[in-house]
Amino acid sequence: MRAQFVFHEVWIGLRRNLTMTVALIVVVAISLSLLGTGLLFVKQVDNTRSYWQSRVQLSVYLCTAASLGGTCAKDGAVTPAEISAIRNELLGTHDVTSVQFVSQAQAVQQFEQEFANDEPIVKYTDKDQIPSSFEIRLKNTEADAGAVTSVMDGAPGVSEVVDDASILDQFYKLLDGARNAVVSVAIFLLIAAILLVANTIRLSAFNRRRETSIMRLVGASNFYVQLPFLVEGMIAGLFGWLIATGLLIGVKSLLLSSLQSVFPYGVQLSTADLVEVIVIAMITGLIICGSTSFLTLRRYLRV
Amino acid sequence: MIHFDNVTKTYANQGRPALENVNLDIEKSEFVFLVGPSGSGKSTFLRLVLKEERPTSGRIHVIGRDLARLTNWKVPLLRRRIGCVFQDFRLLPNKNVYQNIAFALEVIGKPRRFIRKVVPEVIDLVGLEGKRDRMPDELSGGEQQRVAMARAFVNRPMILLADEPTGNIDPATSIGIMKVLDRINRTGTTVVMATHDAAIVDSMRKRVIELEYGKVVRDQSRGVYGQAY
Repeated sequence: MRAQFVFHEVWIGLRRNLTMTVALIVVVAISLSLLGTGLLFVKQVDNTRSYWQSRVQLSVYLCTAASLGGTCAKDGAVTPAEISAIRNELLGTHDVTSVQFVSQAQAVQQFEQEFANDEPIVKYTDKDQIPSSFEIRLKNTEADAGAVTSVMDGAPGVSEVVDDASILDQFYKLLDGARNAVVSVAIFLLIAAILLVANTIRLSAFNRRRETSIMRLVGASNFYVQLPFLVEGMIAGLFGWLIATGLLIGVKSLLLSSLQSVFPYGVQLSTADLVEVIVIAMITGLIICGSTSFLTLRRYLRV
Repeated sequence: MIHFDNVTKTYANQGRPALENVNLDIEKSEFVFLVGPSGSGKSTFLRLVLKEERPTSGRIHVIGRDLARLTNWKVPLLRRRIGCVFQDFRLLPNKNVYQNIAFALEVIGKPRRFIRKVVPEVIDLVGLEGKRDRMPDELSGGEQQRVAMARAFVNRPMILLADEPTGNIDPATSIGIMKVLDRINRTGTTVVMATHDAAIVDSMRKRVIELEYGKVVRDQSRGVYGQAY
């Protein structure tokens, strides 16, 4: 019976304040979504980093007839003798953990596989221009890459040494940048959400001051007087969070997946990651709405 | 029931105290008129009894409890034993007569069954039978005040405080209001009524306490409103 009374009062309050409540829900939804998106970006970068950590790190591209890099213009395509020389050199280098030769034929096959969806590229690329290469794995990425590069650069038959890590670094920088942008906007919005909660509660308390003063006069306990406002705040927060959850699911499946074609993540975010982010969003939302409601009530609802 | 022991109350921005060295005892079932010009401290007195304000000095005992010692969360419990009626009625405009009275009980957590039994009784007591579904704006001033009194009385309080209840009501209707108050007093409720209404005070011949500039200048058992004006 008491619960029925409280919910009745909450319903009346929500109806009276409808525009403000809707504004509050929208702001909470957006700020939690942005916060969650930022967190998703962070997770994506972390996952990507650990994935690529153990994979190919250095590629030594060898000269083809048409290559222009290194000594290729002068010496032409790489010879089998040069290939063995390079292989021995690499195997002899201290921190190299594995060396794998990819012949031109194999390279062409990989190329066609990767761009299977992009007919024009496959058709118009001269297969002769795709070089063979040595795919090298290092024990310690950053430190050793420099050493191997300096050895291989300019060696006969070597067209180019490409450090995958440097490519990925660019990519990480981009993702980090996106994350920072998203999180800063999220923080601004969270501040806006806090202010909106405070204002909504204040407005609600003002609208209901007649009922509140009679309640106090008649001897309703402080808790009872404050409860409808607290519940109003929490309900708005809850709806905001639900909308944010929907948006975050959308972000994960649509946005991140579509970025996949532009950037090779190598590894997708799992559902568990998504759930973790959603739970963090919920806790943030609860803390913000709950504490702001409580503090505002203490200030504006005389008990 | 109400015991004021050398109570002084000065509001923050004012020089002169609203109440000064007030010593009063009001016993159970008494009917007391609190008279005096505007600003003499009548409303302050009532607010102190409700613990809406705290005295600057002195002790106040209400229903045997020392208000100074009463913790904040016990104050609502005290207020349930005190009913209040005001000059401006203070009804909720969106609720009808029954709901306005029931509100006072719902808000302290009384069960539906209890409310359904008790509210009609008190509606009859104040003479509003048949009007339970009227909204406040469909009632006359006198009727609205009766609703307010019903609400104040429905929880059978030990004390009923009335702050100028007939202030907005014509003299003829005021008599009806006073009859209800008298009926309530006869059930054993202590009634303290602050008022300007000389005619009523003179006609009822109850105890009169006169305040002037915050001090008690007269305390008479079967008193009249005033002498020197």
